[in-house]
Amino acid sequence: MTQKNRLQSGGRIDRSKSLTFTYNGKSYQGFQGDTLASAMLANGIDVIGRSFKYSRPRGIVAAGAEEPNAVMQLGATEATQVPNVRATQQELFNGLVSASTNGWPNVDTDLMGVVGKIGGKMMPPGFYYKTFMFPQSLWHTYEGVIRKAAGLGRSPLENDPDEYDTINQHCDVMIVGAGPAGLAAAQTAARAGARVIIADEQAEFGGSLLSSKELLDGKPATEWVNTVVEELAGYKDVMMLPRSTVNGYHDHNFLTIHQRCTDHIADKAPAGQVRQRMHRVRAKWVVLATGAHERPLVFSNNDVPGCMVAGAVSTYINRYGVVPGNDLVLMTTNDYGYQTALDWDDAGRKVVAIVDTRANPGGARVEAARKRGLNVITGSAVIEVQGSKRVSGVSVAPISADGKQVTGSVTKLSADTVASSGGWSPVIHLSCHTGSRPVWNDEIVGFLPGPTVQKQLTAGGINGKYDTAAALAEGLEAGQKAVSEIGLAASEVALPAAESVEEGAPMSLFHIPHLKSTSAAPKQFVDYQNDVTAAGIELACREGYESIEHVKRYTAMGFGTDQGKLGNINGMAIAANVLNQTIPDTGTTIFRPNYTPITFGAIAGRNCGELFDPERYTAMHKWHVEHGAKFEDVGQWKRPWYFPKAGESMQDALNRECKATRESVGILDASTLGKIDIQGKDAREFLGRVYTNAWAKLAVGKCRYGLMCGEDGMVFDDGVTSCLGENHFLMTTTSGGAARVLEWLELYHQTEWPEMEVYFNTVTDHWATMTISGPNSRKLLAELTDCDLANENFGFMDWKQTTVAGVPARVFRISFTGELSYEINVQANYGLHVWEKLFEHGEKYNLTPYGTESMHVLRAEKGFIIAGQDTDGSVHPYDLGMGWAVSQNKPFSFIGKRGMAREDCVRENRKQLVGLKTTDPKAVIPEGAQGVFDPKAPIPMPMVGHVTSSYWSENLGHSVAMGFVKGGLDRMGEKVYYPLADGTVIEAEICSPIFLDPKGERQNV
Amino acid sequence: MSDLNVMTPEEVAATKAAVMNQLPGAEIQGQSPLHHAELEVLAQKGPKQGGVHLKELKLLGHLMLRMNPENADQLAAVERVLGVGLPLQPLTSVENGNYSIRWMSPDEWLIIVPGAETFDIESKFRDEMGGHYSLVNSSGGSTVLKVSGDNVVEMLKKSVPVDLHDSEFPVGKVVSTVFAKSGAVVRRTGEKEFELVIRRSFADYIWLWIQDASREFGLVVEA
Amino acid sequence: MLHIYCPHCGEYREEEEFHAAGQAHLARPLDPEACSDKEWGEFLFFRKNPRGLHHELWVHSAGCRKFFNVTRDTQTYEIKEVYKIGEKPSVVAE
Repeated sequence: MTQKNRLQSGGRIDRSKSLTFTYNGKSYQGFQGDTLASAMLANGIDVIGRSFKYSRPRGIVAAGAEEPNAVMQLGATEATQVPNVRATQQELFNGLVSASTNGWPNVDTDLMGVVGKIGGKMMPPGFYYKTFMFPQSLWHTYEGVIRKAAGLGRSPLENDPDEYDTINQHCDVMIVGAGPAGLAAAQTAARAGARVIIADEQAEFGGSLLSSKELLDGKPATEWVNTVVEELAGYKDVMMLPRSTVNGYHDHNFLTIHQRCTDHIADKAPAGQVRQRMHRVRAKWVVLATGAHERPLVFSNNDVPGCMVAGAVSTYINRYGVVPGNDLVLMTTNDYGYQTALDWDDAGRKVVAIVDTRANPGGARVEAARKRGLNVITGSAVIEVQGSKRVSGVSVAPISADGKQVTGSVTKLSADTVASSGGWSPVIHLSCHTGSRPVWNDEIVGFLPGPTVQKQLTAGGINGKYDTAAALAEGLEAGQKAVSEIGLAASEVALPAAESVEEGAPMSLFHIPHLKSTSAAPKQFVDYQNDVTAAGIELACREGYESIEHVKRYTAMGFGTDQGKLGNINGMAIAANVLNQTIPDTGTTIFRPNYTPITFGAIAGRNCGELFDPERYTAMHKWHVEHGAKFEDVGQWKRPWYFPKAGESMQDALNRECKATRESVGILDASTLGKIDIQGKDAREFLGRVYTNAWAKLAVGKCRYGLMCGEDGMVFDDGVTSCLGENHFLMTTTSGGAARVLEWLELYHQTEWPEMEVYFNTVTDHWATMTISGPNSRKLLAELTDCDLANENFGFMDWKQTTVAGVPARVFRISFTGELSYEINVQANYGLHVWEKLFEHGEKYNLTPYGTESMHVLRAEKGFIIAGQDTDGSVHPYDLGMGWAVSQNKPFSFIGKRGMAREDCVRENRKQLVGLKTTDPKAVIPEGAQGVFDPKAPIPMPMVGHVTSSYWSENLGHSVAMGFVKGGLDRMGEKVYYPLADGTVIEAEICSPIFLDPKGERQNV
Repeated sequence: MSDLNVMTPEEVAATKAAVMNQLPGAEIQGQSPLHHAELEVLAQKGPKQGGVHLKELKLLGHLMLRMNPENADQLAAVERVLGVGLPLQPLTSVENGNYSIRWMSPDEWLIIVPGAETFDIESKFRDEMGGHYSLVNSSGGSTVLKVSGDNVVEMLKKSVPVDLHDSEFPVGKVVSTVFAKSGAVVRRTGEKEFELVIRRSFADYIWLWIQDASREFGLVVEA
Repeated sequence: MLHIYCPHCGEYREEEEFHAAGQAHLARPLDPEACSDKEWGEFLFFRKNPRGLHHELWVHSAGCRKFFNVTRDTQTYEIKEVYKIGEKPSVVAE
């Protein structure tokens, strides 16, 4: 197919570089410098999709980020699929594969289109809510069908092969937009020596100057652009980011920029290159030079392909050498719109008519059009368009001076293109992101950025200053202001001379009247992407929605991926009219991040795959991997869960590990336990305040278990603390609680008791910790140390400094299994050495590595709790039956003491932790099961507490469990029942949680 | 505070901490946190050119010192032991030959010394310094990565949220900060050279991260 | 993302280096045993939730590990002042 709409010359495309692309499977040609949209228009592609709700054919209407219709699916392979790409922002490259997002089975013969036509009247706003939300259970059924038919693009089914990146940036001045205002601001700030970042969503800097025929200093404006860009490139501290959309503006001048590094080159990034980068910018000052979007007018059938925004038509002609039709009708409320007719005329195609809604227009451009003999029809409007897949003609009629009524008879004109201009809307999106509410301005007929607490400046179109001279001047001013606020000397910048064009006053008009009432007239679209019509907004208002935020949600106006960039102001104006109030009284909805859709890749950056979350390893990790460990995540730690041998099930492995430990000796990597080194003369007193038990008399060489509570009296961590020196202690915490406990200690030291002489330092990673446990652990250890291990010399809850396998070590005789145990600590750089030596000597004792699951079983056989599993922040030590660990006689009111004395904490019948012995020894109650006293009670049964720990004990030949039971400590021997989801009930007897060796003889030998 | 010779019994007790030589004989080789990554092999076999260079400065002695910076006696003791005074300005560091000291917090400094001297220096501190302080050997808990090269700043900008511009982060500056989803003590040691002190358990994650973040520039591993 | 000045490090850092630790100036009663359940309950559970200025406790968790106070406007997220533990704020709510 030929590029029938391509001009022979002009524009910023390179006609010597032909590019091939496909759209819906057909091959087309475009040129280097095209966007996908300009290439499609050059090829005469009218229909690029179907509308969301009514499935009407839609064409390209704009030329930038505001495009609502040309939202494409890109990707040559499954893995490189990208949904929701605006064709107007996608640069063309050779081999680009595109498809329309909507339309099923395809855009030209669309089944939903039939529904849309028939159902048009039957699909008012809220249609989907009203029709499909009830019964709610069926929504999932409806949803699949609707989504398939409506089409929202699709994500790839394979992993994205490209690399995405996130990078942190800091600068003095962040300039958003590289049009005349942004470039002038950048030049000013850069010359003063500021650190500047200037970003623009387009491929080239220049903004509006790229698509106009304006002169600066008598030369094409792009020459000035080139000079400035060249100068900026010479500064070390200026970063220029083209193809980079500032997507979010957050508190304290934090901005996110989505940079598309290779999306313009190929389907997949070239090897070694990052596809997209997210810049996270912290700026001292921000200059918003984001320009403005032209507003289309709202009239009947204004969505027929061929209806476009006027400025976009000029952009296609001037920048891309594409005239998107043959016969143009221009409708405008302002002088600026005339430029499109002049550009169309310059391109040698026919201007059928300029329809000006004003009765007596008279600016310079109006005169120019008249001088050329163009057909200018004043005081009139295009009230309706004819055609379905392309405009075929228009109905023009005179309207009243207030624009609310048609006042005369209709003239029909033949045309294939309707350009409309309803004025401009400043791009205030970013200023809204930080919570600033826009302010209506009658003079420019649009919203301006509102007051802000950010260090933010604005320049050019965003301020409603649309002519180039004013934009340049405001850019310079913003640049100087930023520079002086930062404390740099002002720079000298001479602005180029811009032509000044005398303009007549615009008319404030949004919604074009029809002969029929809005509800009876052919559809007048406000929001193309979500198929919101003027009639829909009027209906919403009549149904009682008065707040514009509610109207928005009810009609879905502005809910699309374009966030209503084109339609929102028109919609608010229509609502204001129905509600009989002004636009400022009606107010506006707020734009939120992101400005345009952003890929998940750019958001995730490199935080995916194995870098999604850190995996923390102990010094012995490599050994565990080599020995087939299955791992469990404990916080970020990878801990061995169990070590299955060939052919073993998990339960087989646990049974073997637990039996080996009780019968001979097992070994656990306990390095992940939190360890805090505590020094200072007040260390002992401090321990007494943060633990519930007494520490005053713990001698050097001794260890003690402690419970840590919050001020509310509830247990939040536990562990063994050892007295290393008179003023030196080593505290251990749970693996997951290490950081929290250290911060807790610091909190109290820094804010409550700063006078206490004590310091805390983490040594969690410094020590490799391995626990050998079982009756043969002493024999094994004796082979590797000279230390006297005899019970009378090295008793239970003692620690010794010694050497193990040639490595200096601290050995702690503490036990979490109830067996004779030694916890060996060596500097982590030597952990694997000692571990391997233990295995060299351990073979004859059947030294068996066990993981966290066997550890859980072994400790549950002994009734030892795990903070975080058997506690949940709502239980105090007495609830746990651990009153022995609370010293009420300490002089200082330790943390938790007052809390656990509260009325609710001392009441009868609290849930208390008890052992649970199932009547059927083989039955293992599921953890989390809720107990009841009467299994025959009617549903809902009164629940009396849940099971916190429950395992099969191979050593005991029956299951062991712990759980909370109301008043459980006084109900020993009573029965409690666990009704399960499958209808069965497990019966258990309340007992002591210590199932094995209640006197603690095994650990004391 | 007091001179060592006239310490009260209470002050003597205040220094009572368990200090031990944690190093075995030379016949037992220590394994640094990145031992398993076999950086020596990668240094031999891997690329010799690239924008980011990485070297693990392993098995050094890491000592965490906590004390009151207004205690003149203790400050003098530090100088006697290390031959250089503590950096008292926030975010600064000092060096004396093989010894380097980083400001970590108003009452916290990280001292890095050759691994074999660790116990000796710890003992000297205990001999020279009285009053309330703490000194903790954390040599097994962390390691040092030296990263350098033409693109080292870009690689770090992907990893840490602090401003690394020369005007804000001159040579000698040290910050404790977030590194990707872990943390690091970052010190600038040259225009294009930084040193990262990272925790042992996160070392593998950070090693993977640096490889990934350096891919577009090329990573050269040095032994 | 807030930009927070750490009074100990002496420079601005990103919010991700900090943890918020709740309302500032909550002194633990010196004699908890003398508190009624009501008084203790108020110390434990009752917190301000102002629209406007709020004095907050933060900790530079990834940096110097020191706690400090921040006076922040909960509507605009502006930080009006940071000050060390034990110091008094100069900007206070009406």
